[in-house]
Amino acid sequence: MLLYALRRLIYLIPVAFGVSLLVFALVHLAPGDAISAIVPPDAPQELIDKLKEYYGFDKPLPVQYFRWLGVTLTGDFGTSIGTGRPVADEVGSAFGNTIILAISATFCAFTLAIILGTAAAYAKTRIVDRLVTSIALVGVSVPHFWLAIVLVIIFSVELGMLPPMGLGPENATGWRLDWPHVQHMILPTIALSVIPLGVMTRTVRSTVKEVLSSEFVTALQAKGMRDGAILRHVMKNAAPTCLAVMGLQAGNLIGGSILIETVFSWPGTGFLLNSAIFRRDLPILQGTTLVLAGFFMLLNLTVDVIQTMVDPRIKRG
Amino acid sequence: MAIQSPSIDLGSGVAINAVAATASRGYWQSVRRRLRRDPVTLVCAGILLLIVLGAIFAPFLNLADPYKTSMIRRLYPLGSPNFPLGTDELGRDMFSRLIYGGRLSLFMGVTPVVCALLIGGTLGITAGFLGGWVNMLIMRVMDVFYAFPSVLLAISLSGAMGAGASNTLLALTLVFIPPVCRVSESVTTQVRGFDFVDAAKASGAGSFTIVRVHVLGNVLGPILVYATSLISVAIILAAGLSFLGLGVKPPEPEWGLMLNTLRQAIYVNPVLAALPGVMIFITSIFFNLMSDGLRAAMDVKA
Repeated sequence: MLLYALRRLIYLIPVAFGVSLLVFALVHLAPGDAISAIVPPDAPQELIDKLKEYYGFDKPLPVQYFRWLGVTLTGDFGTSIGTGRPVADEVGSAFGNTIILAISATFCAFTLAIILGTAAAYAKTRIVDRLVTSIALVGVSVPHFWLAIVLVIIFSVELGMLPPMGLGPENATGWRLDWPHVQHMILPTIALSVIPLGVMTRTVRSTVKEVLSSEFVTALQAKGMRDGAILRHVMKNAAPTCLAVMGLQAGNLIGGSILIETVFSWPGTGFLLNSAIFRRDLPILQGTTLVLAGFFMLLNLTVDVIQTMVDPRIKRG
Repeated sequence: MAIQSPSIDLGSGVAINAVAATASRGYWQSVRRRLRRDPVTLVCAGILLLIVLGAIFAPFLNLADPYKTSMIRRLYPLGSPNFPLGTDELGRDMFSRLIYGGRLSLFMGVTPVVCALLIGGTLGITAGFLGGWVNMLIMRVMDVFYAFPSVLLAISLSGAMGAGASNTLLALTLVFIPPVCRVSESVTTQVRGFDFVDAAKASGAGSFTIVRVHVLGNVLGPILVYATSLISVAIILAAGLSFLGLGVKPPEPEWGLMLNTLRQAIYVNPVLAALPGVMIFITSIFFNLMSDGLRAAMDVKA
């Protein structure tokens, strides 16, 4: 088991190298250079040269890359061009807020998806199955940023029940577990959980259905096992496939939250990334992308390892 | 907007397709017959066709000018005389803008998928057919793109390159190449293992002929079905980028951008502010339904 995890971790190194190259390239995809974004157009050449040297933009690209990689690996992501604060600090505090939102959305989506999907797979009448498949279809088709706006319109503008934006009450500094803060989370959580809900409901339904039609279920029924006990066997066999999709969905949710955070002004990584793009704050753009991609890779690795723990039959080369 | 994991198990699908290689007309005929018996898919295709035709022929529909602003008639509600769907924050006719909006929104959603289909499909089939180090190289490069959540990759790329329709198209194409490539590779690898490929090789067929006749005929169906399922994701993602201000620039009519500029109106005229999203939603749901119908008709197991 440990060996497998280790092998997967080693396999991740070339991928991580590629990811770092791509993230580094982001800056050089940008039109013009990053320097021109921060100095006024009438700045003296001396100042520009000085800043170029300070940020290392005067060196050839491979040198810049390895210099950047070396510094980044020590946990130093540079300084934000916009605020002058270390990128690591900015991304760090935003990342926590994103994770809080992601966890609550993941929890809601997956719990509901497991219940709905299993119900649809077990459904004797067509109407339950139809209903659940429709919910799943809406989930995968709805533009979630639009849903976010619709939720704001209904619950904030029309009904005045829930706050339309922000992390908590005014002058709140960080997230805490109390009603005023939780209140602010409800709408973003709903908007963020529709896509994973749709995808997972589809997956759970088809996987459970497939397991239900396998011979061992018939054998258990013939043996006279009670339905509840059979369900446990079914769940255990459906778990690996569902887990794989869950991991991917949880990661994609972090990407999807960029739009949701923007709608709700939720001070997470997505909000940070979006404002960095408009201030042309490339170090923040790089740092956020790198942290999120790194998190996504580790998440996929974890899911892979858990999957083999749940189902020892899976052997990967 | 998540790209679903592209694990396509051909299973029985290929068995049927394998027969199709020798009598390909029979297979496509049966697909057509199954489609004709599927009213849901037909209705979806019909509505989509209406939206697409409306978008293409918008200039000939005698609609109000979608760019003509007016400071007096801003944010008219739905059902106003002369403005069936009201007017937007600059007094432009909403109905006209929603129809015209389909032009860019559909174009921005479909083009990246078509490009990704061509590039990713070619790469994937090459990797799957040649195997060995070529496969290694191509698929490892794809793994790098897979290390990013798709939305993050799209936003970071177009954010770095700057706003604009062409940058969005480029970013979205890059996002969709890896999943198409993965599906193509896995399908091709499966087909390559079938006996009829060995038989063709033994009877002296060149690699090119084998790919053209035996491989393409069998993998194109599943790849196409997968690509159609990506269109709805692409439309939402393209609209999302415009919504963030990264895609199409004002004053162009585009559903995502309209949703963004109308956000300030949610306190004045909420229904109007939500309208462009309804268009995105309808288009994406019908694309998904059509893709499901195609999948069933072509007997591809997801």
